[in-house]
Amino acid sequence: MTDAPRLEFRHIGKTFPGVRALSDVGFAVRAGSVHGLLGENGAGKSTMMKILGGEYIPDEGEVAIDGHVRHFRKAADAIDAGVAVIHQELQYVPELSVMENLLLGRLPTRFGLVDRRRALAWTRERLDALGVDLDPRAKLKQLSIGQRQMVEIVKAILRDAKILALDEPTSSLSHRETDVLFRLVRDLRAQGKAMIYISHRLDEIFELCDAATIFRDGRKVADFDTLEGVTRDALVQRMVGREISDIFGYQPREHGDVRLSVKNVTGRAVPLPVSFEVRAGEIVGFFGLVGAGRSEVMRVVYGADRRTAGDVRVDGQSIKRSHIRDAIRHGLVFCPEDRKEDGIIGVRSVSENINISARRNHLTAGLFVNDRNEARTADSYIERLRIRTPHRRQEIRLLSGGNQQKAVLSRWLAEKDLRVLIVDEPTRGIDVGAKNEIYNVLYELAARGVAVVMISSELPEVLGVSDRVVTMCRGRITAQFDRASANEQNVLAAALPESAGSTPIRNA
Amino acid sequence: MTESNAAAIAATRETPEAHRRALLWQVVDDYSLIGIFVVLFAVLSMTVQYFFSWDNVVGLALSVSQIGMVACTMMFCLASRDFDLSVGSTVAFAGVFCAIVSNATGSVVIGIGASLIAGALVGFVNGAVIAKLKINALITTLATMEIVRGLAFIASHGQAVGVTSEAFFTLGSAEFLSLPVPVWVTLACFVVFGVLLNKTIYGRNTLAIGGNPDAARLAGVAVDRVRIAIFLIQGLVAALAGIILASRMTSGQPNAGEGFELNVISACVLGGVSLMGGRASISGVLVGVLIMGTVQNAMSLMNIDAFYQYLVRGAILLIAVLVDQLKNRRQSR
Repeated sequence: MTDAPRLEFRHIGKTFPGVRALSDVGFAVRAGSVHGLLGENGAGKSTMMKILGGEYIPDEGEVAIDGHVRHFRKAADAIDAGVAVIHQELQYVPELSVMENLLLGRLPTRFGLVDRRRALAWTRERLDALGVDLDPRAKLKQLSIGQRQMVEIVKAILRDAKILALDEPTSSLSHRETDVLFRLVRDLRAQGKAMIYISHRLDEIFELCDAATIFRDGRKVADFDTLEGVTRDALVQRMVGREISDIFGYQPREHGDVRLSVKNVTGRAVPLPVSFEVRAGEIVGFFGLVGAGRSEVMRVVYGADRRTAGDVRVDGQSIKRSHIRDAIRHGLVFCPEDRKEDGIIGVRSVSENINISARRNHLTAGLFVNDRNEARTADSYIERLRIRTPHRRQEIRLLSGGNQQKAVLSRWLAEKDLRVLIVDEPTRGIDVGAKNEIYNVLYELAARGVAVVMISSELPEVLGVSDRVVTMCRGRITAQFDRASANEQNVLAAALPESAGSTPIRNA
Repeated sequence: MTESNAAAIAATRETPEAHRRALLWQVVDDYSLIGIFVVLFAVLSMTVQYFFSWDNVVGLALSVSQIGMVACTMMFCLASRDFDLSVGSTVAFAGVFCAIVSNATGSVVIGIGASLIAGALVGFVNGAVIAKLKINALITTLATMEIVRGLAFIASHGQAVGVTSEAFFTLGSAEFLSLPVPVWVTLACFVVFGVLLNKTIYGRNTLAIGGNPDAARLAGVAVDRVRIAIFLIQGLVAALAGIILASRMTSGQPNAGEGFELNVISACVLGGVSLMGGRASISGVLVGVLIMGTVQNAMSLMNIDAFYQYLVRGAILLIAVLVDQLKNRRQSR
């Protein structure tokens, strides 16, 4: 029993209708170690985590904890066995406070009533001990996504889990929050917990993990007992199954006239007037910390949120205020940050999700949906963007995140007169291979003369893909850099709050 | 490179058995309800006296014609993740109002026209309040259900309003190709709304809104406009059902159509329309309506006490929802 690994997967297999998600996958995680799990979207990592969490029952194989085979039939079984899985999609009660979420189901009572004072003191103490800076009384819905994630992790720790799996924990965390998380993970390792860490950010894997396993297409392709001496390229190559020399693959382009012009735009979440321009064929990266106001501005530009003042023009033509359909008619489109909430229509097919907007231009007799044309459109984008789906009629919710994102992009690529594309965190939670494919789509569009705005919180991505970088901080544009002059230091400095007052606005 | 790669992935990940099994389940999902209905119909034909006769089948169709019409529009309402409790009251009010206006003007056409407009207006108010003022559909239509029922009683002084014109009665009793007019109207509704759901932007957008209203809006769907249209059309069709019912009963009755809304929603749910929105099929709703009507008809033929019929109807609905739940669970595990 002593030399049995804390957690072992043995020959796990799982099939969904039409898709073999995992076949004969096995690996072991030692107590007191952090085990990285890598692979492209749809490689089977999340399915594996759902099996660990008792949400899926494997068709073949078994899970063993400390050498004992455990059969999880439901999520509660996993929790009882000391397993905590923190998914990309968080599970919390938005209307309740941090304290209540942490103590859900076991709030201390006094005379049958909740003893708020004791609960509060207890929660404060635990949060302080863990070095997590959160107000116990804040409602979850008031917190940033990153803060909500911290609450989930703290909840798992407080449940005394001995096996902890983190699925893409840093995808929506700020730098500071990431640091706090890393410290927590290291503390937990020192306490002897066994941890599985899923991330697409390879530097995090190298920084945190003791060992790693790589999945591809539902199979295990590599195991590393140690990451010492392993190169980044070696990992990428095993994940993707082919070589990607430069994941950004940037190539310079000619820029045309101004396509998108935004002047003094304000909205409810955009208190300060914002102005910027994007030329035809230009990719402009918007960088800033989480909460700098980039998404808010773009939502107002697109019309998703109300525009209270200002002017948005595409090729000189004014777009009606807060009117999404007018924006689309003028070729101005937007891919939102939160794919699941705002992007996809989960219960509808991949084809429906792709054709929902462009179909208006392909009606038969001006009235009837042209199914044959839509099938052709869907199939062509499934092939071109390598969307992994058994067929176009598959409900899109069953696809992995990266493939959902490609479908949402296809929706706008299908617009025949696309002029301005705004993408908000287009590669969040997406693997290297798919990232590369998405960048290529952006380049291709830009080469066709589309003006592209890309919001991203990943500095290497912003620097690697953009022709021009715009930084935002606290609701205002703080600086602009052309590709040649932008580097990590000056872009980051312009995006940090301290510099907002002192740095004058520079124009490149 | 990319194409062969994609093909290779498809080949490794989608084994032939898995694919075949998926297709088989797809067929089972799509046709299970129709199968159940065929079996039910066959069993009743063999066991229940008088069930399998032309007269009885026509009677059955006639008895579900009102529910059938409104089920078509209720399908849109549920598919867009909304709800409408006011249709029963609208049926009653439309009958009463049609009778009153017909008598006052001496013209059945004006009576019918006014009644249809009134029904559409009720629907428009529902839709506008729900879409624009963002008030929960259940609450909104619960309120209009009460209000419209009240208007029916006020307008009629609580009495059945007889219609003097003979022409009015032909609407409910005339036959064409040996089927009564109301049955033809219902069939027409199924065809029209089936095409609307499957072949038009309106129908597809309805399903998109039900699937995810926020995403639909960001994809350029005129969400408010579609929702208002759904309720407006529902009001219009409910009024049509009310007029035909009044014609069959030869008078507008303010207490007509009580519990009607729940029967309509039951038929839709029985037909596989998801209350979570985003999923609906016209063939499912047709079969749902037919199963409801068939069971009702057979129970009457077997002289089962009307009080027990409530139990049976409730049990069928519960079973239908359970089956649906099991189907969903299998898909997502």
